[in-house]
Amino acid sequence: MKVVVCTKQTPSTTADLTVNPDGSVSWEDPGGKPNVVNPWDEYSIEEGIRLKENHGASDVIAITMGSEESQEALKTALAMGCTEAILLSDAAFAGVDTLGTAKVLAAAINKVEDVQIAIFGKSAIDGDTGQTAVQTACQLGWTPLTFVSAITAVGDGQITVERLLDDGKETVTAPLPVVISTVKEINEPRYPSFMGIRKASRATIPVWAAGDLSLNSVGSKVDWSKVYALPPREGSVEIIEGDSVQEKAAKLVAKLFEEKVI
Amino acid sequence: MLDFSLTEEQQQAAAMVREFGEKEILPTIKEYDRQQTMNPAALPRMAELGILGINIPVRYGGQGFDYVTLGLVCEELERIDTTLRVVMSVHMGLNSMGVLQWGGEEQKQRFLTPQARGEKYAAFGLTEPGAGSDVAGLRSTARKDGGDYIINGEKMWISLATKAHHVLWFAKTDPNAKPAHAGLTAFMVETDMRGVTTGDIHGKLGVRAGSTGWVNCQDVRVPAANRIGEEGEGFKIAMSCLDNGRYTVASGATGLTRACLEASVRYAKERETFGRPIADYQLIQQKIAWMQQWYDVSRLLYLQVGWLKNQGIRNTREVSMAKWYATDHSFKAAHEAIQVHGAYGFSDEYDVERYLRNGRGAIIYEGTSEIHQLMQAAYAFGERQDKPLRCELPAYDEAFWQG
Ligand SMILES: Cc1cc2nc3c(=O)[nH]c(=O)nc-3n(C[C@H](O)[C@H](O)[C@H](O)COP(=O)(O)OP(=O)(O)OC[C@H]3O[C@@H](n4cnc5c(N)ncnc54)[C@H](O)[C@@H]3O)c2cc1C
Ligand SMILES: Cc1cc2nc3c(=O)[nH]c(=O)nc-3n(C[C@H](O)[C@H](O)[C@H](O)COP(=O)(O)OP(=O)(O)OC[C@H]3O[C@@H](n4cnc5c(N)ncnc54)[C@H](O)[C@@H]3O)c2cc1C
Repeated sequence: MKVVVCTKQTPSTTADLTVNPDGSVSWEDPGGKPNVVNPWDEYSIEEGIRLKENHGASDVIAITMGSEESQEALKTALAMGCTEAILLSDAAFAGVDTLGTAKVLAAAINKVEDVQIAIFGKSAIDGDTGQTAVQTACQLGWTPLTFVSAITAVGDGQITVERLLDDGKETVTAPLPVVISTVKEINEPRYPSFMGIRKASRATIPVWAAGDLSLNSVGSKVDWSKVYALPPREGSVEIIEGDSVQEKAAKLVAKLFEEKVI
Repeated sequence: MLDFSLTEEQQQAAAMVREFGEKEILPTIKEYDRQQTMNPAALPRMAELGILGINIPVRYGGQGFDYVTLGLVCEELERIDTTLRVVMSVHMGLNSMGVLQWGGEEQKQRFLTPQARGEKYAAFGLTEPGAGSDVAGLRSTARKDGGDYIINGEKMWISLATKAHHVLWFAKTDPNAKPAHAGLTAFMVETDMRGVTTGDIHGKLGVRAGSTGWVNCQDVRVPAANRIGEEGEGFKIAMSCLDNGRYTVASGATGLTRACLEASVRYAKERETFGRPIADYQLIQQKIAWMQQWYDVSRLLYLQVGWLKNQGIRNTREVSMAKWYATDHSFKAAHEAIQVHGAYGFSDEYDVERYLRNGRGAIIYEGTSEIHQLMQAAYAFGERQDKPLRCELPAYDEAFWQG
């Protein structure tokens, strides 16, 4: 059984998003921190590695669609313990929407062969649509299991997971293959190990282009026609005065009604 | 050939250690510092992550990285808290690297390997209540008795005194030797041997979240197989251990300077006086510029030493310079950082007062700044030359280290 972990490289968590006057977007980290593995994906990578350690997965393959630089994210995945990494890179993939991303990822997962579980993070901290996992499942025709907080059993052609929802937890069983998206409650991600770091820094990561995936056109349904910065929020503070707590509270309630807050 | 670049491996190893420190140590460091106890998870986690064996060959239980990486790791550790780097100074620099340099193969299996794996913690017992800088004046004795030695004496100011399993102990096998230092011999004392007692010292100015204490040996029977090197080689062994320990102190102090710089830059941008951030004032900018200068110089000095060690070139003078410069300036940096923070810098709500207290000790241990000045002058006057040793620290050989 092979496991694929789909991950992307994102700006660091402390980077600031700036929308430039021409509508282009830039992320700058004030401390100069480099780009990182999408932080939500640390959990999915960890879970992939645990599928190998605890559930007999033979390979844990990290896959990224992105530019040459996003290899760094794959190296982190290797250093943590993924057995292989593949970069999907082609001029045709640049700037595609989530559906296009899903098509490319699905084609790669099919090409790997014998994949039973594809794992994603909850969302990417930059794009932050949270759509890629489900769209990839749709492209593959596999069952999507979202917001997974525990994988409790894998075997006999099926998987049982716990899903963390707003109202509680749900335990579901589905036939393999499946696409999973994880939440941070699922585990405590490990750091890259020193041995892993050495292995990763020496690894040559294969690059698959559109031709390797037999994809003619990826195409986007959605395009970013205009990007603009949100107007800054205006706010002010008013201190409610009064002689007693009761009086202050009464004034506050009256004020809230007046402003139609409640 | 002059190459200042770091390999991806070196950078990633440092990044991993930084992440560990920021996530697992930093959030609670002030509490442990106040309580004057070591975070009980610190040593086990450093062991588990392989930090305690970072630059020891894989065949001896280590991670197989080079000496430069050791420096980078120490810089990251002390940027979080000096006590973490002190662990590396004694466990790695002063003890494990000493065994790597002077130990026989059987000793490397029996001592170095469990130390590098982090199964055993290691300390360095040179200083005594009556002898610090004057090493040859130590009183501890080791008397031959059949195939064993009987050790008596007291060591003081020993880092990890109450945590260590192995203490590299220096004692006199010949109390009448002339010169006196020719009578010193090194032993690996195991703290579970009968007659060994230990205790921590409280009320220290700094490194309060670490263990510093005393180790006493009363008629402790140590097999000759635990003698490191030959009889009479103890002084040379101690000095070569210090060449390695000082490297960790220098690189660590560089991290402390960086911590001061980072904290000051952050605060100077936030704090406003007279309607402007204090970062706008040139007298504050000067302090920032100094810290940057001290950081850059310290880092260049220690990286040079790391390179010399990788090449297998003796570096007693260079490492003494790096240690002296980096520690004196990390203390100055902390002093300036407190000034940038004003009254808040005087409170333990901020980290900079801890930096000052922690930075102070490094000007005393592993050669006081005065001793380093004497050494530098002696080299300059041509009064001091490094003679080849029977056992030199092995150059970093990737194939051997990773094989
Ligand atoms: C230059 C540029 C131009 C863009 N233009 C458009 C546009 O015109 N229209 C539009 O709709 N979007 C556009 N995007 C956004 C892009 O479509 C999304 O970043 C991408 O599809 C992933 O969606 P997400 O970031 O919301 O990930 P999410 O769906 O939030 O991520 C969920 C999970 O999927 C994984 N994942 C996401 N992307 C990848 C990937 N590439 N490889 C492997 N795993 C992945 C994540 O790591 C995470 O684990 C553009 C992005 C860039 C960088
Ligand atoms: C936090 C901490 C941790 C330590 N950890 C260890 C450890 O793990 N193992 C270990 O063995 N030791 C350890 N030490 C001890 C340390 O190495 C000694 O304190 C140091 O060598 C100085 O010795 P001393 O304290 O006896 O000072 P002394 O040698 O008594 O010196 C007192 C003063 O006289 C000066 N002085 C001495 N001789 C001369 C001279 N010839 N010319 C000019 N000035 C001189 C010194 O510079 C100093 O200012 C530690 C100390 C501290 C504070």
